[in-house]
Amino acid sequence: MVIKEQFIVTKRYKMISMLLMGIGILAIIALYFAHGSKSDPKEQARFWGSLLQNSVYFLLLVNTAMFFICSTILSWGGWQMSFRRVTEAISACVPVIGVICAAILFAIVFGNNHEIYRWADAKVVNEDEIIQFKSGFLNKGFFVGWTIFTIGSWALIGWKMRKLSHSLDEKPLESVEAGKKYMWKTTVWSAIYIVVFALTVLSSTPWLWLMSIDAHWFSTMYSWYTFGSTYVAGIALITLFVVFLKNNDYLELTNQEHLHDLGKFIFAFSIFWAYLWFDQFMLIWYANIPEETTYFMPRGYGIYSGIFWLMFIINFVGPILILMSRGSKRNYATITFVSISLVFGHWLDFFQMVFPGPNPDKVPMILYDFGVALGFSGLIMYVTGNVLSKSPLIVRNHPLIKESIIHHT
Amino acid sequence: MAVKKFITGCFDDEAVLFPAVKQVRKKGYKIHDVFTPFPIHGLDKAMGLRDTSLHVAGFIYGITGTATALGFITWALTYDWPINFGGKPFFSLPAWIPITFELTVLFSAVGMVWTFCWLCQLAPFVKKDHFNPRSTDDLFVMALECTDKTNEAESLSFLQSLGAKDVQVQHKETGWWWGRYDKERKIFEPKAEKVH
Repeated sequence: MVIKEQFIVTKRYKMISMLLMGIGILAIIALYFAHGSKSDPKEQARFWGSLLQNSVYFLLLVNTAMFFICSTILSWGGWQMSFRRVTEAISACVPVIGVICAAILFAIVFGNNHEIYRWADAKVVNEDEIIQFKSGFLNKGFFVGWTIFTIGSWALIGWKMRKLSHSLDEKPLESVEAGKKYMWKTTVWSAIYIVVFALTVLSSTPWLWLMSIDAHWFSTMYSWYTFGSTYVAGIALITLFVVFLKNNDYLELTNQEHLHDLGKFIFAFSIFWAYLWFDQFMLIWYANIPEETTYFMPRGYGIYSGIFWLMFIINFVGPILILMSRGSKRNYATITFVSISLVFGHWLDFFQMVFPGPNPDKVPMILYDFGVALGFSGLIMYVTGNVLSKSPLIVRNHPLIKESIIHHT
Repeated sequence: MAVKKFITGCFDDEAVLFPAVKQVRKKGYKIHDVFTPFPIHGLDKAMGLRDTSLHVAGFIYGITGTATALGFITWALTYDWPINFGGKPFFSLPAWIPITFELTVLFSAVGMVWTFCWLCQLAPFVKKDHFNPRSTDDLFVMALECTDKTNEAESLSFLQSLGAKDVQVQHKETGWWWGRYDKERKIFEPKAEKVH
């Protein structure tokens, strides 16, 4: 079997990614002139809300690729080695989107418009006892520090993990001892990443970035929920890239068995997401305490209910019915369909997380946001393609690669 | 009824077993089963077994559980004995989802266990084929079903040529099982044939 070790970015691929980025920039410009340039702070918040939703969503999305790598390393899962470079390349988008996301977050926090983050307005805080009570956590200093720590540590440890993996490409491991040492090193670094991940995405960062939009409301499950949302979409993204490369005759060592496992991941984490979605809803519904139900009033019962239920159907009912049988997990067409719909569905999920805060009376025109989302997808395509083309597609000297080649579900 | 006859071959290496399975099927023998101490990935495909229908049964059981839970709770709490819980409506679906979920899991799990037993013909006191005790320890035991036309000597030597360590002709035990492990027997001793 001849193995094509080098991914070549075709002109068409580059064109499409550029085109998508162009659409994104156009959408941002159009959105700025339609809403952002108005003097009404609510209109401006519409503009910033769109940037916030898209940048945070796509940042968390690409970051789960590194979480996928680290968690499989810690559990000694060798099956993902045959497409390891794809996940690594996706995680290489973290610094790029991280910078964009941090810039947008800081612009919102330090700007004059406090429609999105009301807690950032000193006047509001003075009059609001609930926000005062939370001000030890919800303040500009902590927000900035924690955001920099979050994005910086993701980028740094991700870079370290990628470097460790690339260090083997030209320099095979000499002995079993060297292999053990290498595995131990990757294990330690991925454990550090997992700890940082637990401290950021799994607990605090979504509280700051997203939950503080509804500054009065709180849910301890919220971070898990955003994690579940982005992790499904992240694996769907990995699957999309794997399918794309397979269709272009790359990744000869990846076959239906690997696709089947990715499909299982998508299936399982769709249910995990639905579990968190429902639990968060049911506990609040059951207790029926006004300060908690405010979150679900515009979403589940108000004008956002259409998006709320559409997202539930796309993200739970669709995958569970389509991906239940073994055949559909191994079929390129169905898995691609589900993956695309999941990336879109969880984007919708973030849409209804962000917008009912600044825009409770009217659902914003979603096509603008969709344009911005296309821009970010183009950016991910561009960066991932570039990173993929810079190194061999197969981690040829990794100790676990054989396990992936003979992998059987 | 004639007692079924089998030709068994014991393999001690997966790398030998897989080509052997392929050759045996190519030659037209009917593989009764391959007994292994642990699940071997890909062996089902090599033997040409069809996918199990167990998961379809599981889906049906699950749906039955969902319908049972939703149907019963709806009947009980809205029609038969409506109770006002904290001002919630009688038909309050979110509160019923956990129970529905539990019953779905319970029905599909228990149903699939019974179906599995049925498909594998597992039950207390039912005799199972047990060609070589070492198939629970360190050997892969392939059993070929004999027909009237099977040439035993030829098949035995054929299996041996494929790398089988130990080949035998065995007869299927008939009747009910009454405590096989009561008898003292050495595990590595080839068992004596007894035709009923």
